[in-house]
Amino acid sequence: MGNKWLAYWPSAAVMTALLLLWQGAVIVFDIEEWFLPGPAAIVRETAAIWPRLLEHTGATLRLTLLGYALGTTAGIAVGMLFHLAPGLRRSTYPLLVLSQNVPIIVLGPLLLMWLGFGMLPKIVLLVLVCFFPVSVAMLAGLGSADSSLTNYMRMIGAGNWTIFRRLELPHAVPSLFSGLKIAAAYSVTSAIVAEWIGASKGLGYFIQLSARGFQAPRVFAAVLIIVLLSMLLFGAVALAERRLLRWRPRSTEGGKRP
Amino acid sequence: MTDVLEAIDIRQRFDNGGAAVEVLAGVSLRVGAGEFVSLLGPSGSGKSTLFQIIGGLLQPSGGEIRMGGEVVTGDRGRIAYMPQQASLLPWLTVAGNIELALEVAGTARAEARRLAHEWLERIELAAYADRYPHVLSGGMQQRVSFLRALLMPRPLMCLDEPFGALDALTRMQMQQWLLQLWEQSRRAVLLITHSIEEALLLSDRIVVISAAPAVVLHELEVPFARPRDETLWTDPQFNRLKQQIYGLLRQDDEPGPPPLRAGGER
Repeated sequence: MGNKWLAYWPSAAVMTALLLLWQGAVIVFDIEEWFLPGPAAIVRETAAIWPRLLEHTGATLRLTLLGYALGTTAGIAVGMLFHLAPGLRRSTYPLLVLSQNVPIIVLGPLLLMWLGFGMLPKIVLLVLVCFFPVSVAMLAGLGSADSSLTNYMRMIGAGNWTIFRRLELPHAVPSLFSGLKIAAAYSVTSAIVAEWIGASKGLGYFIQLSARGFQAPRVFAAVLIIVLLSMLLFGAVALAERRLLRWRPRSTEGGKRP
Repeated sequence: MTDVLEAIDIRQRFDNGGAAVEVLAGVSLRVGAGEFVSLLGPSGSGKSTLFQIIGGLLQPSGGEIRMGGEVVTGDRGRIAYMPQQASLLPWLTVAGNIELALEVAGTARAEARRLAHEWLERIELAAYADRYPHVLSGGMQQRVSFLRALLMPRPLMCLDEPFGALDALTRMQMQQWLLQLWEQSRRAVLLITHSIEEALLLSDRIVVISAAPAVVLHELEVPFARPRDETLWTDPQFNRLKQQIYGLLRQDDEPGPPPLRAGGER
């Protein structure tokens, strides 16, 4: 416990100093709240409109989790499929990369046009964002199994299916998790973009509304929640990784454990 | 009695950018029931290629493999195998690794579990049964790797330079350990090695092959009684045989007329 505190206090101190500096500047230079609110004003506003914020947060969270779950599942499935069918991979992979080159800010309005204003276009957008890093990471993980281990498995007569299930799949898990973490980091911000493009609830919608009304404290309050959501999702994935990869030598995790 | 393994006139050519490279130029050898045979040859003599053919991973350009009298050329899953690197899966526990190998060989899961724990106890590694392989030393990993091969219900054990990556002292200890364990079980073994001492200490018979394109240079029965131990190293006959084999391999190294294929035909 003492060790942990020792590791975190410098960044905590810098954070606190910055917040104080910000608040001080707002007071000293007498900056209007609609232009730049101080941390105190943001906290005050957050508390004041908490029920509304919570409602929008719930909408964003639902969208994020649903999109993330569907997108990563699709990514894992496609990664496996491409690994097992190299011909399919060669023919379809360029298309996959292409799909990632279209900016989501362009893709969003198109999806809206095609799929209407409901939940569907937003989920499709999120699936597209989460899918790619996961499928690439899965494919890379499956393809990089140690050749001496593969050779051993073949020598003792293991079939392709056994090699896939017992060697390649568990070997791919660490790589898969780096994809899952990237997708987690992107998914919340992508949900905000999706809501921005067209929605009647959610933090993206709320920010747009508040910005139009020059209610800067509300924008900052929503941003604060977005940051917390992102960190939470990323943290949850990192925790799952830690629990699942207990077999890895401690040294690769970095840092001492109590 | 039929031999556990017969490799008959095995030839292997690889196409290397248009030029055919001959690795095995007709190698024949046999392993009888309960016999420990070593395949001794210089590095790069195609020993591992021969193993891949016996394991069924490579289809030879010529010749055939028989096991128990049956032609099994190109068939996989007929041998127990111990590679040079311990090749333990890092995400499985020590016992889990042994269980996996046994399950691949067709042993039921419960029986595999029972055997793994029973034998880990017997080789005094029971404390590590539920630990991951990375906590084991190199020598301990190779013990687990050997045990895994020993327990596989297959007629032939193929050991591919199993101690090549170990330091000299660990290597000597491992040879002693393997000798003891093997002399209790007497499985048919084919060992690849480039260590003359190792071959002499462990085997009943040694097949010496040349550098690529490999042919059998010589085949000799090792005359020492079992059980054997490290006192063998000081035996004058041990040193005489060592010199003899060394001479064969050195002679092969020199350019000149091809060596006699003494004992190569059977």
